[in-house]
Amino acid sequence: MKYVDEFRDGALAKNIAANIAREADPRRSYYLMEFCGGHTHAISRYGIADLLPANVRMIHGPGCPVCVLPAGRVENAIRLAQEPGLILCCYGDLLRVPAANGMSLLKAKARGADVRMVYSSADAVKIAQENSQQQVVFFAIGFETTTPPTAVAIRQAQALGLKNFSVFCNHVLTPSAISHILQSPEIRQLGVLTLDGFIGPAHVSTVIGSRPYEYFAEEFQKPVVIAGFEPLDVMQAILMLVRQLNGGRAEVENEFSRAVTRDGNVKAQLLVAEVFELRRVFEWRGLGLIPYSALRIKAQYADYDAELRFKVPPLSIPDNRACECGAILRGVKRPQDCKLFGTACTPDNPVGSCMVSSEGACAAHYSYGRFREAA
Amino acid sequence: MSTIKPNYTRPLDFKQGRVDMTHGSGGRAMAQLIDELFVAAFDNEFLRQMNDQARFPAPQGRMVMSTDSHVVSPLFFPGGDIGCLSVHGTINDVAMSGAKPLYLSASFILEEGFPLADLKRIVESMARAAHGAGVPIVTGDTKVVEQGKGDGVFITTTGIGVVPDGVNISGERARPGDKILVSGTLGDHGVAVMSLRENLTFHTSIQSDTAALHGLVAAMVAAVHDIHVLRDPTRGGLATTLNEIARQSAVGMMLHEDQLPIREQVRAACEFLGLDPLYVANEGKLAAICAPEDAERLLQAMRAHPLGCDAAVVGEVIEDPHHFVQMETAFGGRRVVDWLTGEQLPRIC
Repeated sequence: MKYVDEFRDGALAKNIAANIAREADPRRSYYLMEFCGGHTHAISRYGIADLLPANVRMIHGPGCPVCVLPAGRVENAIRLAQEPGLILCCYGDLLRVPAANGMSLLKAKARGADVRMVYSSADAVKIAQENSQQQVVFFAIGFETTTPPTAVAIRQAQALGLKNFSVFCNHVLTPSAISHILQSPEIRQLGVLTLDGFIGPAHVSTVIGSRPYEYFAEEFQKPVVIAGFEPLDVMQAILMLVRQLNGGRAEVENEFSRAVTRDGNVKAQLLVAEVFELRRVFEWRGLGLIPYSALRIKAQYADYDAELRFKVPPLSIPDNRACECGAILRGVKRPQDCKLFGTACTPDNPVGSCMVSSEGACAAHYSYGRFREAA
Repeated sequence: MSTIKPNYTRPLDFKQGRVDMTHGSGGRAMAQLIDELFVAAFDNEFLRQMNDQARFPAPQGRMVMSTDSHVVSPLFFPGGDIGCLSVHGTINDVAMSGAKPLYLSASFILEEGFPLADLKRIVESMARAAHGAGVPIVTGDTKVVEQGKGDGVFITTTGIGVVPDGVNISGERARPGDKILVSGTLGDHGVAVMSLRENLTFHTSIQSDTAALHGLVAAMVAAVHDIHVLRDPTRGGLATTLNEIARQSAVGMMLHEDQLPIREQVRAACEFLGLDPLYVANEGKLAAICAPEDAERLLQAMRAHPLGCDAAVVGEVIEDPHHFVQMETAFGGRRVVDWLTGEQLPRIC
C-alpha cells in the first residue's frame, strides 16, 4: 500500500532501533508516555517494545476515547436507546463499553433497543432523514479529531431542518487531560511516577496543531514529540525524545510534519468554536472530574442537544473497586498490575473500559502482548 | 369438446411471483415449488424418486458428516451468493477431514414475500455449484416463515463423505516443528461481502473466493498422505482457525507476517475500516499443517492446483503451554494473534 508501507518498513525500523540502543544512556531510564490510543495500538500491534532497550519504557496514556468515557454517560446512552422508537447511533467500539451491572449498548441492543453502529456522524444524519417519524440521537464521543465531524452533522441537520436529530455530546479535550496527568500528585508530589517525555497525538494534532503542547514543554519541562500512528513514526519519535532528554532539552518537536502544522486546521477549529463551548467540568473515567476538559453544545444549537431534549440526568457510577483503570490511565500502573487483568476482566467480558477498545492499554496488552508475562 | 385440462397447474411466476405461506404448507403449492424449482434445478436419480429420504448404498470405510447454516447478508455479493456458498461451505467442511464428499442435503427457511426470481437465482446457483463439484443434493426441505421473521432466505446444508484408508487428518494432530500452510490470499470473501453492507458501501474489485476445495484436498492428500491438520478459515478468519487448532493440539504457533498472502485491495479495505485481515472470513481457502519434511512437497502440490496457486508456508507449530498463536511482525516485533473478541468492530479513529 503506497503511503502506508513506507512507514512500516522493518529494515528502517531496525536502523532506528539500533540508534535508540546506541544513544540511550545505560545509566538512566527513559519513561515515555504515548498519550494516544492510536499509538498504544501501534506499539502493541507491531511489537515495538521488542525493538527497544530495557531502559526505554513506554507508558500508555489516557488518549483512548472509549476508555475515558465514564460509566454514567454510557448508562445515559443506554437509557436513551431504551426509549421506545428512539434510534441511537454510535461508533463501533462504543458498543461494548460496560456501564452499570455489566450492561452495555450491545446488550441493550440484544434486548430490543435500536442501536446502530455508524462509521461517520454523517451516517447518523442520513438515518434521521430516512426515519423522520423517529428520534435519532448521535452518541458523540472522542477527542479533537472527532469533534469537527460532529459539528458538521449538527450544522447539516440545521440546514436540512431536521426536527428528529440530536447529539449526546461527550467530546473531550486533549490538553486538559495531559495537564491533569502532569499535575497529578503521583507526579508532582509523591514522585511515584516518573514521566520523562510525551509522544504527542497524531490525528488530534492535525486539528489543534503543535502550539498547545508548547505550554507543557515549557511549564513542566517535559519534551513532546508529535508523531504519526505508523510504527516507524513511533520509533522515530522515541529516538527524538531520547535525544532531547540526553541534550537536556524540553521542546515540542513535530515528527508528523507531513500532516501537522503549528497552527493546525484553523477551519475545523472555527467550526468547533461555532457549535461548541467549554463545559465547566466533566467526569473522565479513571481521572475523575477535570475542569474545562470537555465541550457542550452552544445555546444557539440547543435544538440539537440531546441532553436538553431528553432531559438527560447527571449520573456518576463508580467503577468496580478492584478495577485499576484509573491508575492505568494515569500511567501509575500497568495493565498486568491489575488483579482483574486476564481473569475477571478480558476483552470478551470487560470490567473496566481499558479492556474494551483495542486502543485501550489493557485490551492492547491482552490481545497482542500477554505472551511476555507468560514467558 | 371441453377445454378443461384436468391435470393443468399454472406454472409458477418466476418473474413477479413471491413466496407465500402456502409454499411451506405441505399442499399443492409446495409440491409445485419442489417440482418446478428444486427438482428441476438439482435433478438427480435420488430426488426423482420423490421420497422423503434419499437411499444410496453405504460406502466402504469411515464416513464423515458435517452441517452448516447460511445466513449471509447480502444474499448476492461480488463473486457469489448464498446458494453457491451453502454448497461450497459444507463440501469444504467434509473435505477438511481428507474425505471425498458424496451427497448433500439442503434445507430452506424462506420468508413470506421473498421474490421467486431471487429464489430461482439462488437455487440455480446451488445447482451449478453442486454439479461443478460433482456432489449431488439428494434430499431437502422447505419451510416458510411469516414476513419479518426471517431475512429472505436461510439455507442449511448437510454433507456426507468417505475418508480414504490411512488418511488421518484432525485438529489435535499439530506437533511442534510442523509447518503451517495456507492455500491462497486471505480475507477476500469477508471484504467482498462487507463492501455491500448498507452502512459501508465502498467500491472494490475484490470478489468472494467461494469455492469447493475437495479437489485441492484430494491433490494434497495424493502428494502427502500424512497431512496432520486441514481446516477452512471461514468466520473469524485464519486467526480464529489457528487458535482453535492450537487449543485442540495443545501447542503454540508462530506466524510470519511478511509471508501471509493478502491482496493489496484487501489490505487497503481493512486498513480504512480498522479491521485485521487475519480475522476476515474466507470461503475458498484452507490452512494445512504437516511435518516439516513434507511441507515443500505439499506446497508444490497446492500450487499446482488452480485453487492453490497462491499457497504459502506462513509459520510453524511451536511448543507453548499457553497455546498462544503469535506472529513475528513484518516490522520486526512480536505479538499475540488472539481469539476474536465478539464481532470485529471498527476502531473510532
